[in-house]
Amino acid sequence: MDILLYLIPIALTLGLVGLVAFLWTLRSGQYDDLDGAPHRILHDDEDDT
Amino acid sequence: MATDTVSDSTADHCAPTMMCRHCGNASSGAEFCCEGCAAAYEAAEAVNAINPSNIYASLARPIDHETHQLELIVEGMHCAACVRLIENALAANDDVLSARVNMTTERLTFSWHGTPERGAALAGQIIKLGYKLHDPGDNPAGDIAQNTEKQLLKAIAVAGFAAGNLMLLSIGLWSSTGETMGFATRDFFHWVSALIALPTVIYSGRPFFGSAYAALKERHTNMDVPISLAVILASLMSVSEAYRHGEYVYFDSAVMLLFFLLIGRYLDARAKGKARESASRLLSKLAGSATVITDDGVNRVPIKDLKAGMRLLVAAGENIPADGTILKGETDVDLSLISGETMPNHAGVGSSTLAGTLNLTAPIEIGVTKASEQSLLSEIVRMMETAEQGAAKYVRLADRAASLYTPVVHILSAATFIGWLAWGMPWQVSLLNAVTVLIITCPCALGLAVPVVQVLASGKLLKNGILLKSGDALERIAGVDTIVFDKTGTLTIGRPRLEGGSYQPEDLKLAASMAVHSRHPLSVALTQSYNDALIKLDIQEHPGKGLSAIVDGKNIKLGSRSWCGRESADDHDTAALELWLSVDGNSLAQFKFADALRPDAAAVINAMNDKNIDIHLLSGDRMVIANRIAGELGIEKVIAETSPLEKCDYINRLKQEGRTVLMVGDGLNDAPALAAANVSMSPSSAVDITQNTADIVFQGEQLMPVLDTMLVAKKSNSLVRQNFALAIAYNIFAIPLAVFGYVTPMIAAAAMSGSSLVVILNAFRLRMGRR
Repeated sequence: MDILLYLIPIALTLGLVGLVAFLWTLRSGQYDDLDGAPHRILHDDEDDT
Repeated sequence: MATDTVSDSTADHCAPTMMCRHCGNASSGAEFCCEGCAAAYEAAEAVNAINPSNIYASLARPIDHETHQLELIVEGMHCAACVRLIENALAANDDVLSARVNMTTERLTFSWHGTPERGAALAGQIIKLGYKLHDPGDNPAGDIAQNTEKQLLKAIAVAGFAAGNLMLLSIGLWSSTGETMGFATRDFFHWVSALIALPTVIYSGRPFFGSAYAALKERHTNMDVPISLAVILASLMSVSEAYRHGEYVYFDSAVMLLFFLLIGRYLDARAKGKARESASRLLSKLAGSATVITDDGVNRVPIKDLKAGMRLLVAAGENIPADGTILKGETDVDLSLISGETMPNHAGVGSSTLAGTLNLTAPIEIGVTKASEQSLLSEIVRMMETAEQGAAKYVRLADRAASLYTPVVHILSAATFIGWLAWGMPWQVSLLNAVTVLIITCPCALGLAVPVVQVLASGKLLKNGILLKSGDALERIAGVDTIVFDKTGTLTIGRPRLEGGSYQPEDLKLAASMAVHSRHPLSVALTQSYNDALIKLDIQEHPGKGLSAIVDGKNIKLGSRSWCGRESADDHDTAALELWLSVDGNSLAQFKFADALRPDAAAVINAMNDKNIDIHLLSGDRMVIANRIAGELGIEKVIAETSPLEKCDYINRLKQEGRTVLMVGDGLNDAPALAAANVSMSPSSAVDITQNTADIVFQGEQLMPVLDTMLVAKKSNSLVRQNFALAIAYNIFAIPLAVFGYVTPMIAAAAMSGSSLVVILNAFRLRMGRR
């Protein structure tokens, strides 16, 4: 049962990584324009030069 | 003034180019690649390039001492190409640091290096491209709501993470006993669970705790009180169980409860947010500005600040912002928003104008006679507010369910506690059973029953171009037994259409090439009925009369009967809408127009009659016309020649008879009646203020959306009821188990997710079936 001492923290850490990643996407505004984002990939890269 | 150049600038854009005038995409011989682009271009024309003055400069926010930022609402964006066009146009300026358009909120944010005035110039570039810009205004309520939405999403994320991990541990606990896994391991699992669950409950539970606390402080209770009690007590009980090396902990139930309820709460907030967003976008259009002429030039002034005595410039195609008299210029005015009359009125110097009417053909200057709060428009707005206050407040089904649910749950759980104590059990065991009752009485299914159905229903309606503006509109429309229709613009399309006459195809080509330069409704109708290539012409517009052009040395005229020299002819019919085309004074062709019924109006009215819905026609127009339309559609109850107040009274009378009334209307004169009705709809061609009053706005030329909405509403209402029934049925089964102490954490978890899933799946049935 000692294996649990590793496995549980690992499971928790992996979960936490996912949680932090989600909170980061939320904070950086990636859900603010759900209608615009799918269209943007169709645009060519803007070259301002 | 820029407005004088209308005919010049329009003259060159009907050249047979193969590129869309708006977005530059290839188009098949037409001016525009799609209707959206045409509309966007038209919207730009309406602005008529009035100098974007210091309004935008004053809105600029400094980021640091050299850079500024500006946030504006963009009106007229129709396709993704628009986003790119705006962003690239701004980015092409060297001093622009960033430019980004949010398509969802239709907001443009850009920052630049330089003075605030530079921002106004940049905004001017966008206006020239063909978009209207609005001041987003202060919308603290909207910002707060958006923040709450984000908070809820974070809370869901945390609760979801915790629920997943707790379930991992719980399955271990459920699948073995203390003897097989070892008591130390079990305690270890319990404490790890506590470590995950307690911070989660504190973080994710806040939306519920806050609302429950607020309710208790006001000496009320709401749905959140039993939820908060259940979560807090379950957590505390579990900590004490873990401390006492007990067999069961309920951390997973507490967290899962939060997780499911947060999802319901979030969906609810989203639905409300969508409704609020569309309402506030309409409001921002309403709070427009007017062009005031002063000694030192031209200024844009908010309409609400207009005073009597001011001199205004109203461009062709612009709404007249205030009651006044014309000082300079001659034009046609579209009064349809106030009177319902389709034909424009001719107005010259000295004629009085009404706020909210549309200036059609030529720029005019008007002197304001009444400040905006005294105008007829404001009168109608006031009438509307009174009507809204009079309309009884509707109590949502979910709230009614909650008001039943809360006391029942509290009493049950208290009875369980007392019962077990009286049985002679220690208080811990009694409390544990009381708490399980609280957890298991299925607030999950109740909390999800309404929002899931609502989100699915509004999504489905949105796909058909129907926009719900208030959250409970769907519930209210399901019970409607009487529908009152306005005539012009509601049963009819509200615009004249070419309906015959006497002309040759080449006459139509010539006439359409001329008409494309005019904004007069008949010209627009003529242009729309002609889809082929146009001839490039130099056109002069004569307000109140018609258009003229010289082609091959001949003097061509398009316009009224007298303008084309047919005054004396005997085929005179004053009621008809018509245009004449003449060459060198000899009339050549006649075009007749009529305001057509919506194509499916008769079918929809028939279908409603079959459903035993009482249908009324309420029109401001003349009795003869109203009767003719009613006859065509088979409507028996017709009331015509009504004022806005009479319309409103009529609705109130129907309501006093105990009917549930749906009002469908588009004019300004309908707005008070819309506000008075139990629930209201308006087409998206309606005046802003009317759209703003209506609970539901629908797009397109069909009347079917009215019926569609009612069907979806009926269906979703029955689904909500089914969901409540499912929740109750489940409770009848689960509560006795909890009361008598047979519920282990595993049963609680299974019951909770099971009931939630059933409710959600049932809601998805809305997606199935017809349309």
